[in-house]
Amino acid sequence: MRILQSLLLGVSLGSIYALLALGFVAIYKGTKVINLAHGSILLAGAYTVAMLSPHVGFPAAAALGTAAAALCAVVVERLVAAVRTADHLVLTIFTIGVDLLLITELTRRIGSRVLTMGDPWGDRRVELLGTVLPQARIAATAAGVLIIAGFFLVFRKTDFGVRMRASADDPRTAALMGIDQRRVARASWAIGGALACVAGVFLAVFPNPGLDHTAGLIALNAIPAVIIGGLDSTEGAVLGGLIVGVTQTLVDGNAASLHFLGEGFGGVAPYVVMLLVLLWRPSGLLGSKEMNRV
Amino acid sequence: MSETTVHPQAPVRAAEPAPAPGRTVRGGLLRRIAPWSLLLPLPAVPLYLDGSWLIIGILGMATAVGAIGLTLLVGTAGQLSLAHSFFVAVGAYTYAYLAGDPGSSDVGGLGLPSMLAAVAAVAAAGLAGLLFSPVSARLKGLYLGVASLALVFIGEHVLKNASPVTGGYNGRAVPPLDVAGFELSGGSPDLWVLGVQYGGRERLWYLALAVLAVAVVAAGRVARGRPGRALQLMRDNPAAAGSMGVPVHRYKAAVFAYSSVFAGAAGVLTALAFEFIVPQYFTLHLSITYLAMAIIGGLGSVRGAVAGGLFVTALPLLLDRFGGSLGFLAEAGSGGLDAAMLARFVFGALLVLVLIWEPGGLAALGRRLRRSRT
Repeated sequence: MRILQSLLLGVSLGSIYALLALGFVAIYKGTKVINLAHGSILLAGAYTVAMLSPHVGFPAAAALGTAAAALCAVVVERLVAAVRTADHLVLTIFTIGVDLLLITELTRRIGSRVLTMGDPWGDRRVELLGTVLPQARIAATAAGVLIIAGFFLVFRKTDFGVRMRASADDPRTAALMGIDQRRVARASWAIGGALACVAGVFLAVFPNPGLDHTAGLIALNAIPAVIIGGLDSTEGAVLGGLIVGVTQTLVDGNAASLHFLGEGFGGVAPYVVMLLVLLWRPSGLLGSKEMNRV
Repeated sequence: MSETTVHPQAPVRAAEPAPAPGRTVRGGLLRRIAPWSLLLPLPAVPLYLDGSWLIIGILGMATAVGAIGLTLLVGTAGQLSLAHSFFVAVGAYTYAYLAGDPGSSDVGGLGLPSMLAAVAAVAAAGLAGLLFSPVSARLKGLYLGVASLALVFIGEHVLKNASPVTGGYNGRAVPPLDVAGFELSGGSPDLWVLGVQYGGRERLWYLALAVLAVAVVAAGRVARGRPGRALQLMRDNPAAAGSMGVPVHRYKAAVFAYSSVFAGAAGVLTALAFEFIVPQYFTLHLSITYLAMAIIGGLGSVRGAVAGGLFVTALPLLLDRFGGSLGFLAEAGSGGLDAAMLARFVFGALLVLVLIWEPGGLAALGRRLRRSRT
């Protein structure tokens, strides 16, 4: 049962990472920029939730925080658009600068506090198939499945989704067909920011102690997920997220027998998996291969 | 990023009517020598400034060496790396381990001659860069940047856990560098120059200056020479580079290893300056700081990287020093705006502002100044 317990916990953690990874991929597909300010956007959203939830209750606070994170992401997108270069490498470095500004301000505000989300799940657990799972993680899995299903449904079935996919595939033709590229960019960043906030809230609740100023670094754990799955594949992001979540939980669960790898190897294991995947398939498991042979 | 490929002055100068031959030679020579003469007072600095000032300059020069390597990789070759701090750590720890005293109780060492250890440490950083080539050769710019994050986190994990070599969380001491008994970063034997006692920092100043000069020349030769042009073409159009006969994969691996050699040298110098190294220094934040240097200086510009490195390293140290007299800065750790935090705000703002208004950084600003003067 311990294996099942680890697997279920891993899947729930993986669905949180999948949300983050999906945000990275949405932004990358929309604007060809890897948003390295994702961590501070996550922190900004979760911080808003923690600040508002004593006043307006958790559901309203979560909605407002998600909106705040989406807005924050759109502001970052406007800044990125202001850079006078089309080089995606430079634009990605630019997001590091924005991240530095945001994270320093949030660190100053949070200080050494550990903020609680005021969520309804608390530290209650549920017994399921002979395993004991925290309620918050079950909620995270449910929310993850719902949001990811909604994401794919919107992108497959609605006009909005078609516009987004067309722009991701061929921005120039899409623009000629009358699809406003600035709106596409704004929408993809807003989606990425909102997903980051949802993930941030679930990362701050039980069994984790709460939100502290290092929470932004957790967003980086989604980067192995993105690379494992393939930078331009939404399905890959979900798959990568699950792989990272399960790997991390399995390694942490068997820390005693893996002690020779050093303390806290669970945090590094996703990166090791990522390197192995890169050696095997340089563009990720489901990413599109670069056709560039001479 | 095209400013590294074209030299705007060249065609203008060619179009000028040719003056008397004797004058051009002397004028050209003067103009070429003039900027370098500004550097002449540098060797005399230790005569006038005390150790607490010198260390700011030494650390600045040390990081400038690393920034040069990064500007080659990111600017000239268009390959992003967030793993620079890993290679700096490889250089620092390899030197400390190889030159370390084998008899000491808690952390090991091989007790090699320290000069040999320093050279081996730089080589080890290059080798580490080469070992990453299965990844670095196959990925293009942006992708490599996020993939290289793996090295930072795995490296940090190793530094904290391989206690016999690295000293774990507590770090380890770094032995001074010496040549045949004469210490280049320590105080023995006694040395007095013009009435000033030359201790560790005074001597290290010259070592850092020498390494920086070598790094500038070595990077300049690559960036402006044949390999640099091949790398720029590879950055702008990999297919064209391939059809021109540039072995793209091999060049990508080579430039990655080459830049990690600079990082290794920066690591050795930094370790010598700190005299004690801890894993908490070699984090992702250090990589980002190096990236900030390359950007602020102007991507692809060697001289810009030197300026950026000096500026970015010196700023927090200077703020820390003058924090008391500035008035509005809080004590470190008190929750207010302290020097380190203000420095981080400044870097973030500079990264953002430089890229919005002058993507060429300090190098482009300098070029514009020079053009407006003539």
